[in-house]
Amino acid sequence: MSLIPPPAAAPLLAAENLTIGYAARKKAPRLVAGPLHLALWPGELVCLLGPNGAGKSTLLRTLAGVQAPLGGYLAVGGQPLASLSPEARARQLSIVLTERIEAGHLTVRELVSLGRHPHTGWLGGLSAHDHAQVQAALAATGTAQFAPRPVGELSDGERQKVLLARALAQDTPLIVLDEPTAHLDLPNRVALLRLLHELARTLDKAILLSTHELDLALQAADRVWLLPATGELLAGPPEDLVLSGAFAAAFQHEGLAFDVATGTFELHAPTGLAVQLLGEGPAAFWTRRALLRAGFVPTASPAAWRVTVPPEVGHGSWLSQAPGQPAQEHATIANLLQALTKNCNNVA
Amino acid sequence: MSPVSLTPSPPVAVTPRRPRLATGLLLLAALVLVAFVLDVALGPVRIPMLTVARHLLGLGDAADTATAFIVHQIRLPKALTALAVGSGLAVSGLQMQTLFRNPLAGPSALGLTAGAGLGVALVMLTGGGAASALAVRQLGLAGSWALVLAATAGAAAVMALVLALAARVRDNVVLLIVGLMVASVTGAIVSLWQYFSAPEQIQEYLLWTFGALGGVTGSHLAVLATVVGTGLALALASAKPLNALLLGEHYARSLGLRVRRSRTLIILSTSLLAGSITAFCGPIGFVGIAVPHLTRALLGTADHRLLLPGACLLGAALVLACDCLAQLPGSQIMLPINVVTSLLGAPVVLWVVLRRPIRSAA
Repeated sequence: MSLIPPPAAAPLLAAENLTIGYAARKKAPRLVAGPLHLALWPGELVCLLGPNGAGKSTLLRTLAGVQAPLGGYLAVGGQPLASLSPEARARQLSIVLTERIEAGHLTVRELVSLGRHPHTGWLGGLSAHDHAQVQAALAATGTAQFAPRPVGELSDGERQKVLLARALAQDTPLIVLDEPTAHLDLPNRVALLRLLHELARTLDKAILLSTHELDLALQAADRVWLLPATGELLAGPPEDLVLSGAFAAAFQHEGLAFDVATGTFELHAPTGLAVQLLGEGPAAFWTRRALLRAGFVPTASPAAWRVTVPPEVGHGSWLSQAPGQPAQEHATIANLLQALTKNCNNVA
Repeated sequence: MSPVSLTPSPPVAVTPRRPRLATGLLLLAALVLVAFVLDVALGPVRIPMLTVARHLLGLGDAADTATAFIVHQIRLPKALTALAVGSGLAVSGLQMQTLFRNPLAGPSALGLTAGAGLGVALVMLTGGGAASALAVRQLGLAGSWALVLAATAGAAAVMALVLALAARVRDNVVLLIVGLMVASVTGAIVSLWQYFSAPEQIQEYLLWTFGALGGVTGSHLAVLATVVGTGLALALASAKPLNALLLGEHYARSLGLRVRRSRTLIILSTSLLAGSITAFCGPIGFVGIAVPHLTRALLGTADHRLLLPGACLLGAALVLACDCLAQLPGSQIMLPINVVTSLLGAPVVLWVVLRRPIRSAA
C-alpha cells in the first residue's frame, strides 16, 4: 500500500529563507534557526527531528501561525500565511499540541466537534455535513467507541488519538503535531505513527510531526527534516540522511554515536576485549548486543577470544573460546556472558 | 490497543444527550418560575399564594391597595432584581472560568467588585456620609443614585484599566494575575480609607458590603435590567469563542479564533454584568463561582451554547431561593443576602465536588 504519491503541482506549505526566533522589544531579535527552505507535499508524513534546543517547537509554532517568523517567505496553500485571515488559516492547517486539555466535562464527541469551529456559523451549530465529518474523524482514528466519554477519563494513548481526531475533523490539508508520542508507551507510539502514516496516504494530507522517537521516525517518515543544533536544516528520505552521515552528525553534539549498520544509537561505548563473533541471523544480532552491554567489543575479524552463535534460534548452543583454553558450550546467553566474564577475570 | 480501521464504522447514535439537556433546561426554567412566585409570596406581611399569583397575572383585587402596593412596588421589583443578579453573576462567572481556565475564577477575578467597592467607599467615607446614611435608611442600601453612580464609576475605571492591559498582555494567566492585583490594590485603598474614617461611616460601608436586593425599583431597576440584558446578550454571542477557548488559547487560535477580539468581548460582557450588579446591590459572593460548577455538573456538558442559558436559569433560581431564605419565613428579620448566598452556597459546592470520584483534577 505504500506507493510513493505522485508529485503534486504545488506544495501545501512552502518556506523560503525563513528565519525563526523571538522578536524582542528594544533588543535585537533572538534567532533560533534559519534561513530555512521547506516544502510539504500532499500524502506525505514528515518527521521533524533534532536535538533539544535546536528549535523544533519554534519551527512548528511558526509554521502553524501561532508565532510570527522573523523573516523570509512562508506560504500555506499557495498564499502567504500572513495574508490569510485566522479563519482561512484554520481551514488550511490544524495542530495537535503537547499542552493538556483541561476541560473535564468535555466529552470526546464535543472535543472532536470543536474541530469544526472554522466551518460553522457564528453560534457554532453543526450541520449534517459537520456531524458526518466528526463521525468520519472518530472512525478514522478508531475512537468512535469513546465518543460519549469525558476527555478527563481517557488514557494518554486514547487522548492523543482523540486530539488527532479533532485535527482531522478540522478538515485541513495540513496537520502539524508537536511531539505526539511524548507521553505514550511503546505500543501506543508505534500505533500512532502507523496511523499517521496511513492517514497521510489515504486522505492525501501532509502531516508534519516533531518527535524524539528517532528509530520509529526513521521507519515511518516519508521524509525527515533534520534540524541540527547548529547549521542548516536537511530534508530528505530518512535512508539518504542516514547513509550520508548527516543523521549521525546532527546528534553528535549530544554525545550519541549513531550506528549506521543497525539504525540505532549506541547506548554503550565498550572499551573491553575484542571478541570475534561468528554466525548470522537473529541469534548473532542479539548476541552482539549482549556482548556490547557486557563491555566486550564484538568484531568480525579474527581475535584471540571467539564466540560462535547457534545456527538456528532454539537449536544448538553458544560456543566460546578463550585463548589457550578448550571451547566451552553454553545453553543461553546468560551462561555465555558468565563464562566470558569469568575467563576474562582469570586472565587479568 | 484496537487495530486501526480506516473504513467508516457503522454510524453510532450521534447525539443521544441532547434531549436530556433540553429537558434539563426546561426543568431549570420551571424551577426559576416556582422560586420567583415563592419569592414574591414570602415576606414579613403574610399574603396568600393565590392572591399573589392573581396580582402577578394582573387579576388582583384593585380595592386591596395595600396588597397591590406590596406586590408591585416592593416584592416584584425585588424578585426581578434577584433574577437579574442571579443570571448576571452566574454568566459572568462562567465566562471568567472559561477565559482564565481556572475553576476558582469569578466575577471578582478582574477586580470589578473591588472597583465598585472603591467607588462606594469614596462616597461614603468622604463627605456625603449624612446624605447617604439617610438614603440607606429610607430606600435600602441601593436606593441612592450617588452610590450607584460611584460604584459604576469605580467598576468602569477598573474595567477600562483591565481592558487597556488586556490589549497589551498576550497570556491569559498574566491577565488573571493583573486582575487579582488590581483587586488587591483597590481593596487596600478601601482599607486605608476605613482606617482613617469615623466608626459610623465604616458601619455604613460595611452595610453596603452585606449586599441587598431590595430598593432597586423604578428607574434603577430599568437601568439594571437593560445593562444586565446587554451583558447577557454579549455573553450569548460569545458562546462559540468560549467553546474554542476551552482548549486553551493556542488551540483556539489554531481554530481561527481572533483571541484578543473575543477576549475583549468577554471582558466587556462580564464588566457590564458584574459592575452593574455590584453597583446596585453590593457585592454578592459565591453565586459567580459556584453556579457555573453546579450547571456543568447538572447538565453534564461543557458546551457553552447550553451552559450559558443553564447558568442563567440556575443562577436566577438560586438567588431567588436565597432571597426566600433571607426573609426567614415566619419572622420579621431580614438576613443580608451576601451572607445567605455564602452560607447556602459553599456547602452545596462542596457536596457537588466531593460527591463524584475525584478524577483527573482538571
